[in-house]
Amino acid sequence: MSNQSPKTLFDKIWSDHLVRQRDDGTSLLYIDRHLVHEVTSPQAFEGLKIANRSVHRPDATIAVADHNVPTINRQNIEDPQSKIQVETLAQNTKEHGIQYFDLMDQRQGIVHIIGPEQGITQPGMTIVCGDSHTSTHGAFGALAFGIGTSEVEHVLATQTIVQNPAKNMRISVNGELPFGVNSKDLILYIIGQIGTAGGTGHVIEYAGSSVQSLSMEARMTICNMSIEAGARAGLISPDQITFDYIKGRPYAPKDSHWDQAVEYWSSLPSDNDAHYDHEIVINSSEIDPMVTWGTSPEDVIAVNGTVPSPDSAKSENKKKSIERSLDYMGLKPGTKMTDIKLDKIFIGSCTNGRIEDLRKVATIVKDKKIASHVQAMIVPGSGLVKKQAEEEGLDTILKDAGFEWREAGCSMCLGMNPDQLKPGERCASTSNRNFEGRQGRGGRTHLMSPELAAASAIKGNIADIRDFS
Amino acid sequence: MDKFTTLQGIAAPLPIVNIDTDMIIPKQFLKTIKRTGLGVSLFYEMRYDTEGKLIEDFVLNTKPYDNSKILVAGDNFGCGSSREHAPWSLKDFGIRCVISTSFADIFYNNCFQNGILPIVVNAEELDRLMSAAGSQLEFNIDLPNQSIQVGNHSINFDIEDHRKERLLQGLDDIGITLGYKEDISSYESNKKTQKPWLFGDL
Repeated sequence: MSNQSPKTLFDKIWSDHLVRQRDDGTSLLYIDRHLVHEVTSPQAFEGLKIANRSVHRPDATIAVADHNVPTINRQNIEDPQSKIQVETLAQNTKEHGIQYFDLMDQRQGIVHIIGPEQGITQPGMTIVCGDSHTSTHGAFGALAFGIGTSEVEHVLATQTIVQNPAKNMRISVNGELPFGVNSKDLILYIIGQIGTAGGTGHVIEYAGSSVQSLSMEARMTICNMSIEAGARAGLISPDQITFDYIKGRPYAPKDSHWDQAVEYWSSLPSDNDAHYDHEIVINSSEIDPMVTWGTSPEDVIAVNGTVPSPDSAKSENKKKSIERSLDYMGLKPGTKMTDIKLDKIFIGSCTNGRIEDLRKVATIVKDKKIASHVQAMIVPGSGLVKKQAEEEGLDTILKDAGFEWREAGCSMCLGMNPDQLKPGERCASTSNRNFEGRQGRGGRTHLMSPELAAASAIKGNIADIRDFS
Repeated sequence: MDKFTTLQGIAAPLPIVNIDTDMIIPKQFLKTIKRTGLGVSLFYEMRYDTEGKLIEDFVLNTKPYDNSKILVAGDNFGCGSSREHAPWSLKDFGIRCVISTSFADIFYNNCFQNGILPIVVNAEELDRLMSAAGSQLEFNIDLPNQSIQVGNHSINFDIEDHRKERLLQGLDDIGITLGYKEDISSYESNKKTQKPWLFGDL
C-alpha cells in the first residue's frame, strides 16, 4: 500500500507498528501496552523461566488480579486454587519488575476498566491482554485484542506479536438513538444482525452519528462486545470526546508530550474513500431495547418481542440450535420476553461496570425497592468506580433499593469466584456472554443494558424500560 | 512444540454450532497454573452430571470415541473467551485435529501454538464428514498434502504456509522472533524519538 492511498484507522495503526515481515511471511507487530491478569499469565511466566528468558519491557506492562477475586471479604481468598493464582501473579510481577495493583489497592479492578481509567489506554496504541474483551480499548482508537497464553509469553519476551493483517469492516449507525435505547442495545442489535461469527477475520470500525455522539464509557461497551460479533478488535475514531476523557489521568501524556500526542491522535481517523472489505449501515430508529433469549449473544430480540420458535429457523442446524437453547433456558416459543420471571440481577463486568452505568441504575431504582423474590448485586468495575459512586451517594440509593454493594472484580460475569448462579436460576445480566454454564452450571442468563436490568430488578420480570415509570 | 505431520483414527462427531470455550473447558478449571492435566475436564458439563458421574451417551464417553484424536464439530467452533485452556484440554484428552466450517480467530490461533491442526471445510463437506465420523470410519489427515481421506473420499484443505511449516517442524515462535531482536531495538529507538509519550514507565 503506498503512503498516498487512503487508509483506514486500522491500516494506520498497523503500518505504524510493523517492525518487519518475518521470513515466513508473517508480520511482527510492536505492542505498546500489555495488560496481564492472574488467570492467563502463570503458564506464560513459567514458560519464560523454563527457557531462561526475561520480560523485554516491564515498563510497558501492567498487572491486576480480577477474574478470581472475591467481591466480599477481600482479605481472605477461600478457594485455595484461586489464592495460589493471585499469589503467583504477585510473585511473578515482583520478580520481573512489573507494576501490579494488588487487592488492597484502590486502583484494582477489571483489567479493561482500569486501563482507560488510569490513562494507560490511548489512541493509536497497540494493546494486548490474555483476555478476549481486550477489544474494549478500541473505543479510544487503539488496536486492542485478546491473545492466548502462548502469545502472552511471546509479548512478554519480545514486546511484539506475530500477526497477519485483519480485514476492515465498517458498521455505521446513523441518527439519534430512540428513547430507552443505548450503546448496549446497539451492540446487541449488531450481533443479532451479523451473528457471532459475522466479524471473524475482521476488525470492526464503528462509525456514524449515533456512535460519534456517545460518551467514552458508552463507546467502550460497544467495542467490548466486538468479540461477541466474532471480531478480535473493534475501533472507534478518536475525537475531542476521547481527548477530553484521557487528559489529566495518571498515565496520560503530560505537557509538551500531550500536545505532540494530540497532534498524532488527530491524524488517526480513517481517510475519506478508505477501502473497507465489508460495510454495514444501520439506521438507529430500527433499534429497540434488546435482550437475549438463548445461549449465544446472537440469540437476541427486542424486549417487547416473544421467544422465537425453532420452526422459524432457516436451516436444520439453526433449528436444532434454537431447540437446544430453549431447552437449556427453560423457555417456550411465543412467550413474551416481559413475562419472564427473574431470580437474580447482576450489574457489573467490563461491559457495563463503569460509573455511568451505575448512575443510570441509581436513577431508575431511586426510592424504589427490588422485587421481593429477586437477589440483586452491583459489582463496580474498579475500586475507583466504587469510590466515585460512594462519593456521589449512589451506594446509598442502591442499597436502599435492596442491591448488594460489592468490591470490584469480574464476579458473576464468568463466576470464577463464589458469585455464581445455581442450576435453573435466571439472571438479568449486564455482562457479555449468555453461554451455557457461563454464570454457573445450569444458570440462565439474559443479557441486557443496565437500564433494563435496573427496571427488571424492580419488576421482578424482564422489563421494558419504555413502559417503566 | 509437538510436531504435526499425519494423523489416523476415528473422529468424534459433535454436531453443535457455536461451541464456545466455556463449553470446552468451564471456568473452574482455569484456576490451574499448569498447562497439563485438563483433558479429564474437557467438555465437563456435557461429559459429567452434577454429581461428577460420566454421562454415558455423550460421544466422548462412548467407545471408540473415548480415544478420538479428531473432532468434527458444528460452525464457529471455539468462540468466546481467549482461554488457551481450551486447546490445552483438547490436546491433553488426545485430540490433535478439529474439523469445522469456521473457527473463532483467537481459538484458531491458539491451536497452532499447541500442535493442534484446525481444518476448515465447507458445509457440505462437514455434513459428509460428520456422518463418516458417526459411522466410525477411519480418518487419515495428511498435513504435508493438505488432505483428509475417509474411505474412498478425499478432501483438500487450505492452510497458510507459515502455519503449516510451524506445525510440521514444531517450531518455537518466540525463538524465531528473538532472531529479529535488532529489528525490534531499532524500531524502539525510532519510536522513542517520534512518540516519546509511549515510553513513560507504567
